[in-house]
Amino acid sequence: MTAADGVAVVLVLAVTLFAWSGLADYGAGFWDLVAGGRERGRRPRELIDVAVTPVWEANHVWLVFLLIVCWTGFGIAFASLMSTLFIPLSLAALGIVLRGSSFALRKDAAREGRRHLVGLLFGAGAVLTPFCLGAALGAVMAGRVPVGNAAGNALTSWFNPFAGTVGCLAVAVGAFLSAVYLVAEARRRGTPELQGYFRVRAVAAGAVGLVLGVVALVALRAVQRQMFDRVVGRSAILIVLGVVALGATLVLALRGAVHGLRVVAAVGVAALVWSWAVAQYPYLLPFRLTIAEGAGAAVTQRWLLAWAVVAMVTVLPLLIVLYVLDQRGDLGEDGFTHSG
Amino acid sequence: MAFTLMFHIILVPIGVALPTIMLIANYKGLRRDDGVALTLARRWSHAAGLTFAVGAVSGTVLSFEMGLLWPGLTGTYGDVFGLPFAIEGIAFFCEAILVAIYIYGWRRLRPWTHFWLGVPIPFVALAGAFSIISANSWMNTPAGFTIGPDGTPTDVDPIDAILNDALPYELSHFVLAAYMAAGFTVASVYVVGWLRGRRDRYHRLGILIPLTVAAIATPLQFIVGDTIARWVANNQPAKFSAMEVVTQTGPDQPEIIFGRYDPESNTVAGGIRIPGLNSFLTGGSRDTVVPGLDAVPPENRPSNVNIVHWAFDVMVGVATLLVLLVVWFALVYWRRRDIPRSRLWLWVAAASGVLTYVAIEAGWIVTEVGRQPWIVYNLTRTEEAVTNADGVWTSFTIVVLLYLVLGAGTIVTLRAMSRRWRRQGVEDTTAPYGPRPLAEVES
Repeated sequence: MTAADGVAVVLVLAVTLFAWSGLADYGAGFWDLVAGGRERGRRPRELIDVAVTPVWEANHVWLVFLLIVCWTGFGIAFASLMSTLFIPLSLAALGIVLRGSSFALRKDAAREGRRHLVGLLFGAGAVLTPFCLGAALGAVMAGRVPVGNAAGNALTSWFNPFAGTVGCLAVAVGAFLSAVYLVAEARRRGTPELQGYFRVRAVAAGAVGLVLGVVALVALRAVQRQMFDRVVGRSAILIVLGVVALGATLVLALRGAVHGLRVVAAVGVAALVWSWAVAQYPYLLPFRLTIAEGAGAAVTQRWLLAWAVVAMVTVLPLLIVLYVLDQRGDLGEDGFTHSG
Repeated sequence: MAFTLMFHIILVPIGVALPTIMLIANYKGLRRDDGVALTLARRWSHAAGLTFAVGAVSGTVLSFEMGLLWPGLTGTYGDVFGLPFAIEGIAFFCEAILVAIYIYGWRRLRPWTHFWLGVPIPFVALAGAFSIISANSWMNTPAGFTIGPDGTPTDVDPIDAILNDALPYELSHFVLAAYMAAGFTVASVYVVGWLRGRRDRYHRLGILIPLTVAAIATPLQFIVGDTIARWVANNQPAKFSAMEVVTQTGPDQPEIIFGRYDPESNTVAGGIRIPGLNSFLTGGSRDTVVPGLDAVPPENRPSNVNIVHWAFDVMVGVATLLVLLVVWFALVYWRRRDIPRSRLWLWVAAASGVLTYVAIEAGWIVTEVGRQPWIVYNLTRTEEAVTNADGVWTSFTIVVLLYLVLGAGTIVTLRAMSRRWRRQGVEDTTAPYGPRPLAEVES
């Protein structure tokens, strides 16, 4: 295994971490959007708010890591992706601005009417970003991204049934994960009726995700047979693991379990991510550019690996401090700015 | 991209320097058992948290734009200059976590624990500034690679690229600018209150703490800025010629303030000329030969000399005004231990926050527009690096509109916070470190 392969692993790890955290934040945004009118949706919205506020910035960073590692390690692939998929990735960035800024500003917007309006904006971003990121991933899997500055078709590369299904799948995965997390969050805060509320939604999102996954496979078979064979061939075990984990989550959820729900759901999502990565290996852009061809200077790859170690060593202890303080109840909304 | 950066650059100084000012107030509050200073620290931490959150958003968009707009830059040189961005990623992550702990820890953490958890924030902020400035200074003084026969970089050494020649100059200039901007901006908010007659201890401290920080940074900045100008004259002569609109290389160059440059004939019309001063400032004597635009082939001259020159003059002009402001302040404070009473001083101080930002944007224009037509100095032209995708202008329009809304939202929210604070008064009902009384903590 070369250093470049190592960097590719780091890249997939970053995708996994983003799927676990950032994508779930967008999912929470989706539930916020569909929670209904101002009165009816008040309680679930409050829970989403307290659960996501302290972590959303940190969750975002995985996406930034992903972009940076991609352009530092695999500059050519990054340039090809970003220029051919200019439209969906710009829209994803737009969604990030909508979601992030409304999150940053909503907390301090005094009047509730304004808060509600900002929340709707937030919801729009919450669907746009995961869909576009998913569609971009679909375009890559279908081999629609050639090497070069805007060498691919700006529209048909991602605006097609397969990529669109993958986009919807990304939205569903985020919604599923966040609903599962929110069940646990509701329990921690002792609100049983919200536990049930998100349990139903977790099951629904999981079922929709399963259907979309099957549709995506069928579509992939039609547009890119070679990739389909790889997914059902060498990734078969991971796909099975993903489906089993999803099934286990649904069973646990229906039986009212809370413990282990989050872990099982997260394992399932990780299996999905890695089934993509394994199927695509050793290609960065399927069947056009391999990891070895797309890799930048070897010395940079080694430095990136060192960087990844440093990142873990510095960030993890801090995350643990944050987590411990949070669980001990030492951290809380200051109250003091938002009491007006 | 330029627009997003101009927006981002407004937020960055606050993220870099406000934590220091806030910790000074926090320290003062704990040391002297000063409730007013603690209230200030607490409110500043919330303002910092808000700008930090908005900065996180615009920073993420920037990393998208690196690829969306400049595939020719990241595609060719990603492995050379990408590493500092990775370092910034870590610094940003640490800062996000620490800021969250600090803000959400006001209520229940022990006072000194809370303070010490905040202390690393300015240092990780500096690490972040170091890495991003390193990437920018690399564009001015590319290093850490050689161009191979096929035009792509070989012999890459990312560490050499990080520690490029311009880094120490740009970094010191930027960090001082950040401290000036945060100091003057925060102080100017309280100066406005002071001018409106709210002359209590809260406002007095709100002026004195940040203004002292700015007053230390400003004279240092004047020296650093002067050093950099001479460094640019030696290392990026085309940029220097544009900054000072020097048309013909030669000794005894006048300092031209404003004026209008005509690229066709390579001449300057109008403006105020101070004979010989430019040569004197560059090399210490009127005989110093200053490089002129005539030494640069027309196609390699900065594409918009007038913008560069005017921006440079604005920056230096504002800096001069601010130096006068802090000298006045220092004299009065030394004599009377008080804020100057003069209305003129107060009016300028009230404007100083906005003025520093004008200077920062102008300085950014000088370094970026002054480098044109190159995106990587003397190696890659900007048009070679830009994306071939259609719709760049559409997305540019959307981005501008969006950021205007975001900027307006930020200001409205900050103002709403400030109004709420004014209603609450200084003595707060929710005292910091409240639920655990100090006595219990000591035992």
